[in-house]
Amino acid sequence: MTRKNKNFGSQSIPLRPRDGICGLYASSSRLSYSLSVVVLAILLLGVSTGVFVGAGDTVAEASGSAADGLAAAVIAPPELTAADYPTIAGVNGRVTVWLVAQLHLWFAAFVLAVPIFVFIIEAIGMRTRDKRYDEMAYEFIKISITAYSLTAILGGLLLFSLIVFYPHLFQYLSGVFGESMFYYALLFFAESAALYLYYYGWQWLQGGFRKWVHLTLGLLLNAAGTTLMFLANGWVTFMMSPAGVDPAGVFAGDTWAAMHNYLWNPINLHRFIANIAYGGSIVGAYAAFRFLSATRPEERAHYDWMGYNANFIAILALLPLPFAGYYLAAEIYAYSQQMGITLMGGIFAWLFIIQAVLIGTLFLSANYYLWCGMGRSDGAQRYNKFIKYLAIVIIASFLVWFTPHTLVLTNEELKVLGGPYHKYLGPLGIMPAKNTAVNIMILFTALSFLFYRRSNRIATVAWVKAGNTAQLALYTAGIANLLFLGVYHGYFTNTVYKVAASIPQVMTTLIVIVVSLGLDSAMYRGAREVAPLNWGRVPNRAQYALFLLAVAFTWLMGLMGYIRSGIRQHWHVTDVFRDNSLDAYTPTLGYAANVVSVGTILFMAMVIFIFWLSQVSSRKTPTEGFGNQAEGR
Amino acid sequence: MKNFLQVIAFSLLMIGFFAAFSNFGIPEIQPAPPPVQEKLDLGAMTPERFITLGEKLFNGKGTCALCHNAVGGRAPPLDRVATLASERLADSRYQGGANDVQGYLVESLVDPSAYVVAGFGKAGSGDTESPMPNAAAGSIGLSEVEVNAVVAYLQDLAGTEVTVEIPKGTEGEATGPEPVTGTARTALASAEEIIDRFGCVACHKLAGKGGEIGPDLSQIGASKDASYLRQAILDPAAEIVEGYPPIMPVTYEVELYAGELELLVQYLAALK
Repeated sequence: MTRKNKNFGSQSIPLRPRDGICGLYASSSRLSYSLSVVVLAILLLGVSTGVFVGAGDTVAEASGSAADGLAAAVIAPPELTAADYPTIAGVNGRVTVWLVAQLHLWFAAFVLAVPIFVFIIEAIGMRTRDKRYDEMAYEFIKISITAYSLTAILGGLLLFSLIVFYPHLFQYLSGVFGESMFYYALLFFAESAALYLYYYGWQWLQGGFRKWVHLTLGLLLNAAGTTLMFLANGWVTFMMSPAGVDPAGVFAGDTWAAMHNYLWNPINLHRFIANIAYGGSIVGAYAAFRFLSATRPEERAHYDWMGYNANFIAILALLPLPFAGYYLAAEIYAYSQQMGITLMGGIFAWLFIIQAVLIGTLFLSANYYLWCGMGRSDGAQRYNKFIKYLAIVIIASFLVWFTPHTLVLTNEELKVLGGPYHKYLGPLGIMPAKNTAVNIMILFTALSFLFYRRSNRIATVAWVKAGNTAQLALYTAGIANLLFLGVYHGYFTNTVYKVAASIPQVMTTLIVIVVSLGLDSAMYRGAREVAPLNWGRVPNRAQYALFLLAVAFTWLMGLMGYIRSGIRQHWHVTDVFRDNSLDAYTPTLGYAANVVSVGTILFMAMVIFIFWLSQVSSRKTPTEGFGNQAEGR
Repeated sequence: MKNFLQVIAFSLLMIGFFAAFSNFGIPEIQPAPPPVQEKLDLGAMTPERFITLGEKLFNGKGTCALCHNAVGGRAPPLDRVATLASERLADSRYQGGANDVQGYLVESLVDPSAYVVAGFGKAGSGDTESPMPNAAAGSIGLSEVEVNAVVAYLQDLAGTEVTVEIPKGTEGEATGPEPVTGTARTALASAEEIIDRFGCVACHKLAGKGGEIGPDLSQIGASKDASYLRQAILDPAAEIVEGYPPIMPVTYEVELYAGELELLVQYLAALK
């Protein structure tokens, strides 16, 4: 079915909600997903009730009746030796668990994020009565549906790997968190039920009260998914900042205390925002893939529009992400200064240079996509002259962020340079300088978006000049404040107060973005269109920018997973449960990068394969001469 | 199919770039191995060896130098802490229970919030709460003997009298970074054994025999004292003898036991 949709400009858009990833293999996906969910949930139920946990040295029954169950058990970490870590067929347990956990996390991040913005887009569609939003939300959830089964399969594989390669650690953790694992398994069923109803009931639950029911299902789906993530985060953060245990690691019996540990909420917030940005980038890659494969103009227009929206979601979540990162890092320092210094100093200090390259890549590719997108309208030519300045500022900010503080030098080089810091560039390597650069980068990305918004329109309100002046003043004052805060705290205060600039800098950036966007919205209310926005009129290289966004995000998540886990150093559970395996040492950055690269290749291969399947599934092959159906019957 | 392959090639190219940058674009640093427990012969402990042990703990297992260094400014310098102790004990902000310098120093390791140097407290605590962890607990976990060794080092560093009791008799335990072999070994009993094990003559001449990559040590005691030799072994980059390349391994600090270091230093200082 192809019908005219005037909201898409002059393009004729095919609207076939059953096309795409859902069509061919949704039913097989449904089956595999069901099986995966059931298997994983049963495994977790088994673990939570102690079926798979022996009464070994970690979970020893204390005095009291056995009927008291886990609550009465003394759960303490054992002192292990290298012999306590099974080696199976020469397979490296650490790398196996690392890769499987990371793959599970990538898919989980994607499938948890998509329903969040699908719910929001559906709500916008209900509010605006614009059918396009509803259809886009449906197509987004279609993309993620197959990934659900892979998430569940990888979750089961992770559980299996942990039990096989780290049995004592798993025994200890399941002793502490058995109760929450039980709820996790139940929530898994609840999420699946909500997902099935939400996805398969989409066309059925349309219009009036039924739509409200559908939206409520979306809310329930997100509530279940987000709670699942919070539960799993509790287990992970317990390993970083254990709570609810005594100094020897003996569990006091209060699961909530263990769950609600010091780093739980900072990780919850960071992952919640990062997942949305990541989900947007993967959906954007899907749209880019379909755009590049499209043969008809209306198809290109549709996927161009979809790619734009996905990029918008990714940027929207990317902007506050560094702030959530600061919060997490500050809380790590507050929990343990030693852990904080391990995080930001020594070997891991160089990781943040790699991180700078990746985040620089994210910002540059997102901005580049926006600049390319301005070509959709002839009205954008007015702003083309500003793009080079935006690019210069963003690249300069990236270079500041990229600047290392301390250099690793030979003695000869040290003598020539006169110290471990470069005379002029060294001062740019400290955190206040980097924070300033990141905030400016974020502000200029928001500015790129403002230019994009204006590209095909002219404001008609009487106060246009005053509005533009106010925006200019706002940006100028904001940047001046960022520079002042960075310079003052960076070079005129004691080390312990250097990070004090970050909160006022974040507030400055957020205020400038929110106020200027609000002002711009008011100015462009009822604006006149100077040239139409031609969806599909965008170069192919812009689609590669979307792909780069997805690849860089994936790789970055893998890298940060390495450091999050690495700062525990030779501890399974910080300070209470020592890792005495042969792999207890911290791997080098190069080694970690190689593992992350292999994981990214595996993940992207699966994702691209899903994209390709979606393309194949939408093709219809004529069945002439096959079967005995009479023509026109 | 063409798009499929192009997208795969592009993704591989970008992943390859990130991996290549991580492997070749930044310095490849081998992280320190996890600490292992090693036996210390406390019966043979001299005040000097005890101070050396304290220095090793200060820079190694104790992780003190992570914050207490001249570069970061994250924690107050400790080179004069023993001389400042009396002043701090008399300070109205002092919350501890120590009565003398030694007590103050021990307390500052195990209960750092008893006295917080102005400007170095946790943000918002008004310098009443220290961000430093208890060095005798958690992942640092210094033993009583080790805490005393660090105190001895700090007293020596400040040029004050070392008042802590040097342990005698029984064996104790100290920890440090794992030796290169990855397993704890028995301490070597003589300088000759140490020189043989660590292959010093591969680069240095001793008694006229050995390599010429490093300076001749046959009569090193005539021109250099024990302090210089100790530093040259622990931190070879501190001073490079003119005409020789800076290639001496920096791992002896973690590979040599405290007692072995002293044996070696005394042996070399006696070569005149």
